[in-house]
Amino acid sequence: MSGLSVGMFLFLVSVGMSLIFGVTRIVNLAHGSFYMVGAYLMVTLVEVLPDRPWAFWLALVAAPLGVAVLGGAIEVGLLRLIYHRDPLMQLILTFGLILVISTLVLLVWGPDNKSVSRPDALAGSVLIFGQRFPSYYLLVLGLAPVVAVGLWLIFYRTRWGMLIRAATVDREMLGALGVNVAALYTQVFAFGSWLAGLGGALAAPTVAVALGMDGDVLTTAFVVVVIGGLGSFAGSFISALLVGLLQSFGILVFPAVSIVLLFAIMAVVLIVRPWGLLGRPEE
Amino acid sequence: MALLEVSHIDTYYVDSHILFDLSLTVEAGEVVCLLGRNGAGKTTTVRSIVGLTPPRDGAITLRGRDIVGLPPFRIARLGIGFVPEDRRVFPNLTVHENLEVARRTWGNGSASPWTEERVFDLFPILRERRRQAGGTLSGGEQQMLTIARTLMGNPEILLLDEPSEGLAPIVVETLREQLERLKASGLTLVLAEQNVRFVSDLGDRVYILEKGMVRYQGSMARFLADDEVRQTYLAV
Ligand SMILES: Nc1ncnc2c1ncn2[C@@H]1O[C@H](COP(=O)(O)OP(=O)(O)OP(=O)(O)O)[C@@H](O)[C@H]1O
Ligand SMILES: [Mg+2]
Repeated sequence: MSGLSVGMFLFLVSVGMSLIFGVTRIVNLAHGSFYMVGAYLMVTLVEVLPDRPWAFWLALVAAPLGVAVLGGAIEVGLLRLIYHRDPLMQLILTFGLILVISTLVLLVWGPDNKSVSRPDALAGSVLIFGQRFPSYYLLVLGLAPVVAVGLWLIFYRTRWGMLIRAATVDREMLGALGVNVAALYTQVFAFGSWLAGLGGALAAPTVAVALGMDGDVLTTAFVVVVIGGLGSFAGSFISALLVGLLQSFGILVFPAVSIVLLFAIMAVVLIVRPWGLLGRPEE
Repeated sequence: MALLEVSHIDTYYVDSHILFDLSLTVEAGEVVCLLGRNGAGKTTTVRSIVGLTPPRDGAITLRGRDIVGLPPFRIARLGIGFVPEDRRVFPNLTVHENLEVARRTWGNGSASPWTEERVFDLFPILRERRRQAGGTLSGGEQQMLTIARTLMGNPEILLLDEPSEGLAPIVVETLREQLERLKASGLTLVLAEQNVRFVSDLGDRVYILEKGMVRYQGSMARFLADDEVRQTYLAV
């Protein structure tokens, strides 16, 4: 159960990362940092908002939006300058962002772990098949299909989604057809950041909000994205669930090797299908 | 004032100098053909105009307005439609979606804007393929889709880069009739081609390119009457 909800957070982070890569071809190493900032913003918002039942939900909406604005600003101010540079430059830049963001988080929120209490309505637990589960996990699990269907509708039923899918294959052509691809990149980057921020904000009440959470989620999300196929939304979804489950069962069965197992699976996938489960081979 | 005026442009791919002091004009309603052998510079000329490979020197004006240096999407929005040589449909998008991403969402455009219905009237086969992925279409259907897609942006002038290349003769004939209808509707066309027979009825004027330079210009009738020009610049 908690494995499934961990899978959900991973899904949000990895689908955003995959989306950003699919369109901009940037492997955004700072994506885990956006997740972390989402969680910290959640901490602050829940603190400063009045102690009312709606405060938690408002924070849950506002925190990811804050991360989206941050992501959009980073795209306009920094990434835009390096799209045409070689991938190494891009990795160095986004790696630099990890350091900058974690230093800023340290300065703003301090070194101590934070926590967010669950909203009163979901503070308890429920009995399912004779087992007790925290009700908050049910919320997270209930959100999973909503987010997945929502994303599917956006990608396949809106014009914006069509533009995104077209940009993943031929941005030059899209521009020549009158589409402002630079603006589309900013929107996509902000949207991907929003997804990471939502993951962080949702995760905040289930984990210790701490400085290291960016690296942890980044490693796993990276594996998820690679297994699913960079740029493939459905691939990320399946692979996030897989990895989430694997991690939780792995930890139960043989805790020491669960991370090794993860990389082993990634290696196997890369050998058999170098472009990932549902990705497309590069031409 | 000419609709499109290219004057004395020099275009490079990084360090290699491709177009040399190239000039051409296109009047509204005309069909202008750019002819030349492989590597003559037809594609580079078209890419220079649409801003994908902007010239380093010289000027390109649309109704007197300089467009050199504008990003391609701005140039497209000013009314220059581009149909690339290698088709480049979005293979993962359906026919409907390919048209939808190119739909004009800026300004008003012409009084009678292109709609999906209107492009389907011109290319009926696309209506049947509406829900099919672009990548699964035949070569001829893909060529029609790229033209239809560009029309959705309501261009004033349509640049087509070797539209007949690699198509079966019967498909080429259908395509030629469709371009005739576009011409009859008053649309200005620039056709980069190697296939003289494809453009001989369609074109009003001809420019022949060789090694990135204009070697000949004249009316279609004059060009067709001149065997020597054809021998010198076009025969293989
Ligand atoms: N990306 C590029 N980098 C360097 N040189 C290029 C590039 N693209 C084309 N060229 C060169 O520029 C010259 C003109 O090419 P261009 O594609 O404009 O010719 P073309 O008339 O369209 O030929 P074709 O009929 O084969 O399409 C050729 O010598 C070609 O080798
Ligand atoms: Mg060419």
